[in-house]
Amino acid sequence: MPTSQRHKLMMTLLGWVVAFLVFFPVLWMFLTSFKTELDAVSGTPNIFFEPTLENYAAVQERADYFRFAMNSIIISFGSTILALLFAIPAAYAMAFFPGKRTRGTLLWMLSTKMLPPVGVLVPVYLIFRDLRLLDSHMGLVIVFALMNLPIIVWMLFTFFKEVPKDILEAGRMDGASPRQELRFILVPLSVPGIASTGLLSVILAWNEAFWSLNLTTVAAAPLTVFIASFSSPEGLFWAKLSAASTMAIAPILIFGWLSQKQLVRGLTFGAVK
Amino acid sequence: MATLTLRNIKKVYGDVEVIQDLSLDIEDREFVVLVGPSGCGKSTLLRMIAGLEEISGGDLSIDGERVNELPPDRRGLAMVFQSYALYPHMTVADNMAFALRLAGVSREERMAKVGEAAKILHLEPLLDRKPRALSGGQRQRVAIGRAIVREPRVFLFDEPLSNLDAALRVQMRIEIARLHNSLDATMVYVTHDQVEAMTMADKIVVMNAGHIEQVGSPLDLYHHPESLFVAGFIGSPKMNFIDAKVSSVSVDGTTVALSDGTEVTVPVSGGGMSAGDVVTMGVRPEELKAVTDDPANPGDLAGRVVVAERLGGETFLYTEVLGGQTLNLKGPGAMTYRVNDAIRLRIDGATCHLFRDDGKALPRLARNPMADLDAEPVAPSAAG
Repeated sequence: MPTSQRHKLMMTLLGWVVAFLVFFPVLWMFLTSFKTELDAVSGTPNIFFEPTLENYAAVQERADYFRFAMNSIIISFGSTILALLFAIPAAYAMAFFPGKRTRGTLLWMLSTKMLPPVGVLVPVYLIFRDLRLLDSHMGLVIVFALMNLPIIVWMLFTFFKEVPKDILEAGRMDGASPRQELRFILVPLSVPGIASTGLLSVILAWNEAFWSLNLTTVAAAPLTVFIASFSSPEGLFWAKLSAASTMAIAPILIFGWLSQKQLVRGLTFGAVK
Repeated sequence: MATLTLRNIKKVYGDVEVIQDLSLDIEDREFVVLVGPSGCGKSTLLRMIAGLEEISGGDLSIDGERVNELPPDRRGLAMVFQSYALYPHMTVADNMAFALRLAGVSREERMAKVGEAAKILHLEPLLDRKPRALSGGQRQRVAIGRAIVREPRVFLFDEPLSNLDAALRVQMRIEIARLHNSLDATMVYVTHDQVEAMTMADKIVVMNAGHIEQVGSPLDLYHHPESLFVAGFIGSPKMNFIDAKVSSVSVDGTTVALSDGTEVTVPVSGGGMSAGDVVTMGVRPEELKAVTDDPANPGDLAGRVVVAERLGGETFLYTEVLGGQTLNLKGPGAMTYRVNDAIRLRIDGATCHLFRDDGKALPRLARNPMADLDAEPVAPSAAG
């Protein structure tokens, strides 16, 4: 076998191993959610068991899954839309009208991600209490939008940088104002980039637990709070926890899978030259 | 209908002055080509005219009105970019109509104007396609169509043909020249290709390192280069340069001696020169003659052929004479010289140029009649 072919085989194998390692916990959780509690905690892991739906029934009995799911949807999409509304003009300005401090501003934005969130928990909590934003959709939408804003600006900045300057200059020659350039040229050209950025933002917001747990109780609590409520003082119920987790990740998994197809189609969009 | 006037234009990036004190007049309906090596500032100059680049100093006027601070679209210009810069997400028709759409022109009027431009450029069957479904030449035509639709006062072209293959380049060159005649528009065209400049321009502006070396008609530059730089830049293959020393100056011209003692009299004014001054003699490859051994002509240079390039219709010989000096010769296709053959070159002093050691040309005693062939502008009404 020629070395290049063997190399390719090795890489494929490695790829599969890594993919399996990443996917295994999810798979195991999925399997566990169909086991009885007894099977779930048994010392010898078994793949062959009699599947049961009793965990799902028990979970739904204890908490209204659909309310949490709806909260998650409102908050992740709401925060993503809010963040994009700010990030698109910001990234546009930074990519095409850079000043002396643009680079520094970008780095500073990213540096805010290095601060542990717990450092600002108390002030944020107090501000939210005074503004009556605790346990509200609006509250989490604002926090998640701000939390993801640096990453979104960075990603959009890189995507915008790839749009040839000539095209925007042609737009300027044609009489487009900066706002029209953004609306008629840059945004339509960056749809794939904006979509993948938005997808990432939705996923990050969906998975966020720290702020959700601290700033909500019932009314606006998303799915992360729903899962946490199953690691209860009565002890761990692995099978029920797995069922709750499976239900929590199912929507985002389906959403990701659907939009992935969109994205791949988007990536083949419009060559310039 | 537009004249462009540039007065003491400057461009400064930080501490670097890329364009210094440049002044230029562009007449109505003129086809002006800015040409020069890369980095000479020609594209920057064009972008300043377009309004895409800020003007650091001086005045830019269109039809006598100062436009330094006007945004690009208010200057009444249209630009064709090197990369075409079409909007990839719009159809050909939408690309061409974009400026009109922004200006609030009604749909019917937009379509009418696009249709007109498409007809001129033979783009009618392509109007519904996206740019990615077009060939390079078609994209270039769309880019030109986008400019035509705006009915600009001045067309600006930034190296529009450099992304096309050779055959297409020749074809588009002809199309743009034809367009210039039929639209009666002022055009400013940037290129680094001196052939494009020679073939298309009414007026060539040769730029070098941020300043203008010379302005003139193509044949004016060819026959009367004012500097070593212009002499070397205009003409293909490049002019040969030979080191020489002035031996005498008279009313009939200046006589110089080459390193082997050969004397050549060039009909240029040697004012200010005296015997012994170092000069550079320029002779175009097409003016060098290969001759057979002739004792009556002791002035021939003996050497040998180093490379022979045969193009069929013409032959380029690269020869070595005067102990290592390379001279290029352009001759008919029927030349039989081979590599390493001995060759004798005859230099006709009447066709030579002399340059002082600061690079300035010594002025010729008489104008070459070809240089003033197109001096009288063609009356525009004659065409219509």
